Amino acid sequence: MRVLVAMSGGVDSSVAAALCRDQGHEVVGVTLKLWGGESDSGCCSVADVEDARRVADQLDIEHHVFNFGDEFTEWVVDPYVAAHEAGHTPNPCVECNRHIKFDRLLDRADALGFDTVATGHYARIMAAADGAPRVARGLDRAKDQSYVLHMLSPEQLDRVLFPVGDRTKTEIRSIAAGLGLRTAAKPDSQDVCFITKADGRQRFLSERMTLRPGQVVDLQGQPVGEVDSVQLVTIGQRRGLELSGGGERRYVVATDLSRDRVTVGGMKDLMTDVQPIDALEWAGAKVVGRLGAQCNAHGSAQPGFVTHGQLSWEQPQRRVAPGQSIVFYQDELVVGAALAAAEQPNG
Amino acid sequence: MSAYLDHAATTPMRPEALEAMLPALGDLFGNPSGGHRVARRAQRLVDDAREDLADALGAHPGELIFTSGGTEADNLAVHGQREGRRVLCSAVEHHAVLDPVLLAGGEIVPVTEAGLVDLDALAAALDPSVALVSVMLANNEIGTVQPLAAVAELVRRHAPNARLHTDAVNAFSWADVASAASGADLISVSAHKFGGPKGVGALVARRGVQLSPLLVGGGQERERRAGTPNVAGIVAMAAAARVTVESRDQMVATIAARRDRLVDGLLTALPGTVETAVVAGSRAHKVAASGHLCFPGVESEALLFLLDRENISASAASSCASGAIQTSHVLLALGVPPDLAKGAVRLSLGWSTTDAEIDHALAVIPDSVRRLQSHAAQRPMVGARS
Repeated sequence: MRVLVAMSGGVDSSVAAALCRDQGHEVVGVTLKLWGGESDSGCCSVADVEDARRVADQLDIEHHVFNFGDEFTEWVVDPYVAAHEAGHTPNPCVECNRHIKFDRLLDRADALGFDTVATGHYARIMAAADGAPRVARGLDRAKDQSYVLHMLSPEQLDRVLFPVGDRTKTEIRSIAAGLGLRTAAKPDSQDVCFITKADGRQRFLSERMTLRPGQVVDLQGQPVGEVDSVQLVTIGQRRGLELSGGGERRYVVATDLSRDRVTVGGMKDLMTDVQPIDALEWAGAKVVGRLGAQCNAHGSAQPGFVTHGQLSWEQPQRRVAPGQSIVFYQDELVVGAALAAAEQPNG
Repeated sequence: MSAYLDHAATTPMRPEALEAMLPALGDLFGNPSGGHRVARRAQRLVDDAREDLADALGAHPGELIFTSGGTEADNLAVHGQREGRRVLCSAVEHHAVLDPVLLAGGEIVPVTEAGLVDLDALAAALDPSVALVSVMLANNEIGTVQPLAAVAELVRRHAPNARLHTDAVNAFSWADVASAASGADLISVSAHKFGGPKGVGALVARRGVQLSPLLVGGGQERERRAGTPNVAGIVAMAAAARVTVESRDQMVATIAARRDRLVDGLLTALPGTVETAVVAGSRAHKVAASGHLCFPGVESEALLFLLDRENISASAASSCASGAIQTSHVLLALGVPPDLAKGAVRLSLGWSTTDAEIDHALAVIPDSVRRLQSHAAQRPMVGARS
């Protein structure tokens, strides 16, 4: 097969390229230039492109750079800012996979005559009971990335490879070291690739939107503090609230951007039996039985049922911030996904 | 079969240049600044080269400053402009001019649809407060040759205190710079664009033109550019300049014919293709080697990938350090619609371009373009997704 490997300059995609090559495929590596200037130290920096290029040299495969910067801004960065403006929690990695890696890049690969696109994601592709391929959890549960790949359709999965998904991170690093790849000991990438640790989310957003201060109130509506940027506050957040007084730990249990207000309460107030959802989509047939629901990229699935447009938990769980992806699993397979919806007032 | 069509990025060394530089890397290794016989031999090489290159540029030997290349020459020409004095350049300058001009708080003069500096806009912008005007001789992307004599006349008339700089880096192979840039006070050239090695270039600064050095610390080049000179590179640059000047007329005729065959062949094979900066069908205002086309419904990144696989080396706009292709400021300055600019490909010929290379390009490019166009037609762009 002709395989186009998306090489970020990290160890996982380096090894993905090596594994594809060793399986006898005709391999070309490509690094996506998505963000950042020439000297930027964040994602797709010159240093990362150089790492990818040098790994490709070591593996004796061709390497190219595709500039999808405009699309990344349009489909990932702008929606990230818009979500904050609407008081929602964005899913930039999900959107990047949906629009950039498995749409734009897959289409480019098609145009250039490649059979498949491989990435360094820790996920697997497995056949469901209906015979169609589904995204499945990576073998290494601690590194599993199926959550951010949940949207891939059977048609996309037919043209995608995840060569590292059935190995552990330890194995991947050891393969890289064995091949003498310069990325073997490179640290794992940060969470949101276009936001550097040095500047942070607040600085990034403040250059693109007007951050407003907000009032923090308790469940009775009594003011207990203030926040600098109400749009940055997320349900479930505990730190950075500058609350007066001591007492039990308090968490954000609701945000209301129409009044620039944040409500805090105890852990028991954060918990709920029922999580409202929207944008529900099933990978195959609708699942009426028990499933696992995972509410963030690094979490684990908790049992529940999807009924009447909402998620009913078996055991109370923390409320999920509106806009956050919730991915449904049965065993190892992704069976569907939804977005956390806002609770109706007084609901 | 292969075709190297990226001579505007760099062109192979002339054998004469390679031969000329080897002794300076061997026996004639001396540092020209010394006082002994080993130094004197190296100094003589540099002196001879300086005279030859000055001759090729219509300058006096003392007006020539050897640099590390075109970018340094451009930067040196623009460097040191004092506050409160105005600096102008055209909108299609190379970044080696554009960026230092913008850093100096400079102003950009627009160009016409044909890629030529808008002389009315230039005249309107000129006044006695202007200290420097920079207008390139031939554009590196689209090959247009600027009306430098007319620019010089306007500058003398309306901005009597201004120096005129011209970036002749992409012109030297194809234009008689000595005559075309005779009205300029400052002229930049780069060896590797005309068959010399990379890492060496020169700036002509006419007598009386004050420069503010970028490099200090040794007093070389009459205190205008410190550092031990790149003797081998300078010798090779002069050799390349000599052979270029000797062969230029004949080379221009031959290469222009090959360029016309390539560009006309592609325009015929691929209806809808737009030749950049061509108004009313004439490409007479472009250097002989320059072909620049925009293919609608094509992304140049994808096309260049396919061409590379067929051993055709070409380029789009300027590439950044990571190798990613960025939309060209030159095409945008010309008013090329951004969608069309995305399908831009520069096919630049050089002294070594053969008919066989043109044949190969004509055999491969149309199919590659059609393939991408039909793929794009089958599926709307990502932006149109539901």
